[in-house]
Amino acid sequence: MAQTEPEPSPTIGLDVDRKVGHASPESALSTVFEVENLDVYYGSFRAVHGATFTVYEHEITAMIGPSGCGKTTVLRCFNRMNDLIPGAKVEGRLDFRNVPIYDPRVDPVEVRRRIGMVFQKPNPFPKSIYDNIAFGPRVTGMAKKKGELDTIVERSLRRAALWDEVKDRLKDSALGLSGGQQQRLCIARAIAVDPDVLLMDEPCSALDPIATTRIEDLMQEIKDDYTIVIVTHNMQQAARISNRTAFFTAQLDSTTDQRCGLLVEYDRTETIFSNPSDERTENYVTGRFG
Amino acid sequence: MSDTRVDPAGGFSIESLKANPRQARRERLIRDSLGATALVSVFISALIIWSLFSEAWTFIFEVDWGSVWDIGWFPRRGIYDIKTLIVASLIVTGIAMIVAGPLGLGAAIYLSEYARPGVRRTLKPVLEILAGIPSVVLGFFALKWIAPNLVETLFGGPAAGSLLAAGIGVGVLVVPLVASISEDAMKAVPMALREASSGLGARKVMTTMRVVLPAAVSGLMAAFIVAISRALGETMIVFMAGGAAQTAVYTHSALDGSLTMTAGMTSLARGTDNVVGEGLTFQSLFFVGLVLFALTFALNLIADRFVHRVREQY
Repeated sequence: MAQTEPEPSPTIGLDVDRKVGHASPESALSTVFEVENLDVYYGSFRAVHGATFTVYEHEITAMIGPSGCGKTTVLRCFNRMNDLIPGAKVEGRLDFRNVPIYDPRVDPVEVRRRIGMVFQKPNPFPKSIYDNIAFGPRVTGMAKKKGELDTIVERSLRRAALWDEVKDRLKDSALGLSGGQQQRLCIARAIAVDPDVLLMDEPCSALDPIATTRIEDLMQEIKDDYTIVIVTHNMQQAARISNRTAFFTAQLDSTTDQRCGLLVEYDRTETIFSNPSDERTENYVTGRFG
Repeated sequence: MSDTRVDPAGGFSIESLKANPRQARRERLIRDSLGATALVSVFISALIIWSLFSEAWTFIFEVDWGSVWDIGWFPRRGIYDIKTLIVASLIVTGIAMIVAGPLGLGAAIYLSEYARPGVRRTLKPVLEILAGIPSVVLGFFALKWIAPNLVETLFGGPAAGSLLAAGIGVGVLVVPLVASISEDAMKAVPMALREASSGLGARKVMTTMRVVLPAAVSGLMAAFIVAISRALGETMIVFMAGGAAQTAVYTHSALDGSLTMTAGMTSLARGTDNVVGEGLTFQSLFFVGLVLFALTFALNLIADRFVHRVREQY
């Protein structure tokens, strides 16, 4: 790709109040995910081609891009969630803490116990608030006794800033909560199994701005303990909360005549939004496209 | 606008927005004729219940109640021991559900949660073909294969038919019913719930047991109720393989031959000439029918209560 002359203006992208500091130098950080030449197929359809980037510990890494650019597909590779889709296939290197998670010896269930996921639409189980949080610890055998479970439930709900709102109705159905509360419940549920990484697939797209702010604040609070990878349609959100941003786009593959997701640029968030090196990134973050 | 309704003044007024009378008439006609078809089924149901009650009433008022709690079902001799028929029906239904419950539910779980799409596309139609086998064929199968090969060799029962043979036959009959309805109920559970569970590190069996089945419980219950009703009401298999033709002595052993409610009715109703004119024999038919109706009705009520209590609504 031709390197275009950087824009002289200091901010060409979004002017937002960033909630995070700048990303630390890479050498000072531990690597969580190492992605190299990742291709993802659904049957014969190639959804993503040649993605290469690194996710660092205790950072929030955002993936942005227009619809169909493969960002969610890549996210779902990180905990092998794509395995649930018949015909999905992954090629290339995807290491989680230096272990190739697509190695045939790897059990996807073990991967998912360490890498939690929060989905686009809040998806609490049709069970009580308590049982939602206790589900993970129960099925993974982490905790069986009531006392242990009580502790985990309270700690997880506190961590997700939901405890005060629900502590008097833990036995009530989780479906009685508001959308924003449900999403925080889902975050608490994911935290309850004490994961290393949290994957978030557009966690705020079904929420109103106030609920969104609460989730964003929550992410800032918990990133010291976890590493977060978030897919978002909302560029302001990526700019506000993330340390690094990966910009994906969909490109027409001339050989197959199908659109295929492509990682265009990956850099520190402030660079992506103020001084991107690729013209397509610049067009996207300035709102000229997408 | 295609119609000719225009404001006399030629402009836009309330006239322009009025319904086209022809279309409105057609709409009403369609609504009324659809309503009529719905009414027909209500009317038929009412008719059935009325005919059932009116004859059963005669029986209830005229019968010597001592003969309704006796040694067996001998309607031509005026002995109408209803418990013989009820117990036989319950035994057959119980055995049928012991066979069909695990088999049907297992097949449903496999189809819904484990089978790859290709396998599912092949297996589901096969299952539905099984559901289309006429019960008289299965009756023959129960009599000629299940009774001598399974009941006699495994349980030492009679090779000529027994409640056990009939029950297994009915079980085979309702397996596709249980499987099909259960599978639909499980498929209807949102994928998002399975993903949530998998995302928390739950294995497939955990996801199935703790998320999918509880969420599908009202559908599963429906499957079992439909199957039990079908088993209670099944006639041909029990009549052919139940091991009793016209009369039956009371028994609560599945290895004996006996008459279920439906089989008892069949044996009487084989030609009205045989029935009418022999005391209350004809009316006893309707009395048995009424008991069967009441049992099925009660079953539905209980199931409804149960579902309201345990279901996890998504």
